[in-house]
Amino acid sequence: MQQLLGNNYKSKQEIYSLIDCNSFYASCERIFNPRLFSKAVVVLSNNDGCIIARSDEAKKIGIKMGEPYFKAKNIIKKNNVQVFSSNYSLYGDISQRVMEILSRFSPEIEIYSIDEAFLKFDGINKGDLYDYCHNIRQTIKKWVGIPVSIGVGNTKTLAKVANRIAKNDKKRKGVCILLDSAEISLELANLDVAEVWGIGKKLSKFLKQNNICCANDFVQRDRRWIRQHMGVVGERISMELLGFSCLSLEMIPNLRKNCCVSRSFGSPVETINDLSESVACYATRASEKLREEELVTSVMSLFLLTNHFNKNDPQYSNSVKIQFDYPTNDTIIIVKKALQGLRKIYRPGYRYKKAGVIMLDLSIESNIQGLFETDRIKSKSLMKSFDLINFRYGSDTICTAAEGVKKLWSMQRQRISPCYTTRFSDLLKVKS
Amino acid sequence: MNKLKLTKHQNDPVAEKIEIPMFADKVSAGFPSPASDYMEHKLDLNEYLIPHPAATFIVRASGTSMLDSNIQSGDLLIVDKSLTPKHNDIVIASIFGDLTVKKIKKKYKKIFLVSGNSNYPNFEIKEEMECFLWGVVTYVIHATVVR
Repeated sequence: MQQLLGNNYKSKQEIYSLIDCNSFYASCERIFNPRLFSKAVVVLSNNDGCIIARSDEAKKIGIKMGEPYFKAKNIIKKNNVQVFSSNYSLYGDISQRVMEILSRFSPEIEIYSIDEAFLKFDGINKGDLYDYCHNIRQTIKKWVGIPVSIGVGNTKTLAKVANRIAKNDKKRKGVCILLDSAEISLELANLDVAEVWGIGKKLSKFLKQNNICCANDFVQRDRRWIRQHMGVVGERISMELLGFSCLSLEMIPNLRKNCCVSRSFGSPVETINDLSESVACYATRASEKLREEELVTSVMSLFLLTNHFNKNDPQYSNSVKIQFDYPTNDTIIIVKKALQGLRKIYRPGYRYKKAGVIMLDLSIESNIQGLFETDRIKSKSLMKSFDLINFRYGSDTICTAAEGVKKLWSMQRQRISPCYTTRFSDLLKVKS
Repeated sequence: MNKLKLTKHQNDPVAEKIEIPMFADKVSAGFPSPASDYMEHKLDLNEYLIPHPAATFIVRASGTSMLDSNIQSGDLLIVDKSLTPKHNDIVIASIFGDLTVKKIKKKYKKIFLVSGNSNYPNFEIKEEMECFLWGVVTYVIHATVVR
């Protein structure tokens, strides 16, 4: 087999693990509110639209992922389900804590999403892996209060399979080590091919038409057939499931290609004044994001659209691309240009549902040189003061007047919990 | 230590301001200041108060049940969840789903949560209370001036 694979595949047996926080957003809410432990908890998307996180209890009573909130209101009321608007300041802070603790357990870590990370366990004896994983679980539970599941395998794809088992099979106590080949075959036979990492709905439909139903059917299939029908990507998935690592850890996050800030409005917006405020706000936030990552943009795209679900309303959507004179991350320049763009594409008489800005063609600030150097130095020192004031006295202490004061169009977040870990005004009160 | 504020280029009003720590001794040409080898970083309270940042949370006390332990209403409590509670530690405990500050006492294999004020009750931890220890209070921050 090894010969057949050539040198591209590493012969050394590597050990990957996937650590995934259980019902992460719901678990974050529980840290500061122990009453929630025995209750069903759900978290809503931006604007309180859909259900995006469910505790185990909420899953059991049949609340579906992605279900619109208004559709689930009955079942929520009947079962006394606790509902929260999403509080990304809190979830982001808790995520950072979890990742920091994980990085103590292995220098090789890939932060895959807000609640998942891959860790490599090279150099740990196979016999010690189980205890090691339990130690990780207990540490994160004790230090932060978040329950996690851990799956271990010879490849990232197998670690993902193992993680799924750890999460679903309660007897495993949150850890599944999937290194034994007989056990792997058994588990792959039990796994619907649609659940394999990288195989989407469309591909799994095609595979099922070709009599590939479980993951084991898939790895049994001739590699040439897979390559022919699914390309290199499909072949790679097959190799990964067979235990040959093709996907290595991505420890350095890729440079951002673009940066988008957009929101749905709390209620439909019609006037150009209200739209201007919201666009100024998103442009401000996007410029802040650029400065945080020391990037500059040279092209911005601005879009707005009406709610196409409202069949009775007239529909309109449009976008415009705006070129800057030189690459920038200056709030004042970006807001000004965004508002000019808005005036170009705004049409009266529509009820707008959503607007947003996308910063394109990003580059690293320190790599930019050339003309307009004095302008840039001026703008840089101004923006530095801008950010410092908002950091010290809370975001939105100073902003461009274009953003407006009342922000009537802003998102609905009626059930948001306090920002326990990021604002002194929101600290948890403890009875003494 | 005094601070001398310098601007990089005198004529350029937008140049970045930089702070340079200043020693108030004369500089003798050809002979370096004896203090220059002893320059240290500024004091950082985070470093002093929070050795485990990932496991540390700040909460606010509310009430008068812990006055004898020097905790007054409105004080900030620094809570380290990585520590394992020991006899006589001040802890945050969850009792019937409420988070409260108490002192932990172990006696004859029993564990008690004790108030720091004789007007308030003490508890023995029992299973039906759904009690668990949330973290150990490591510092109390109390403002002595209110302006």
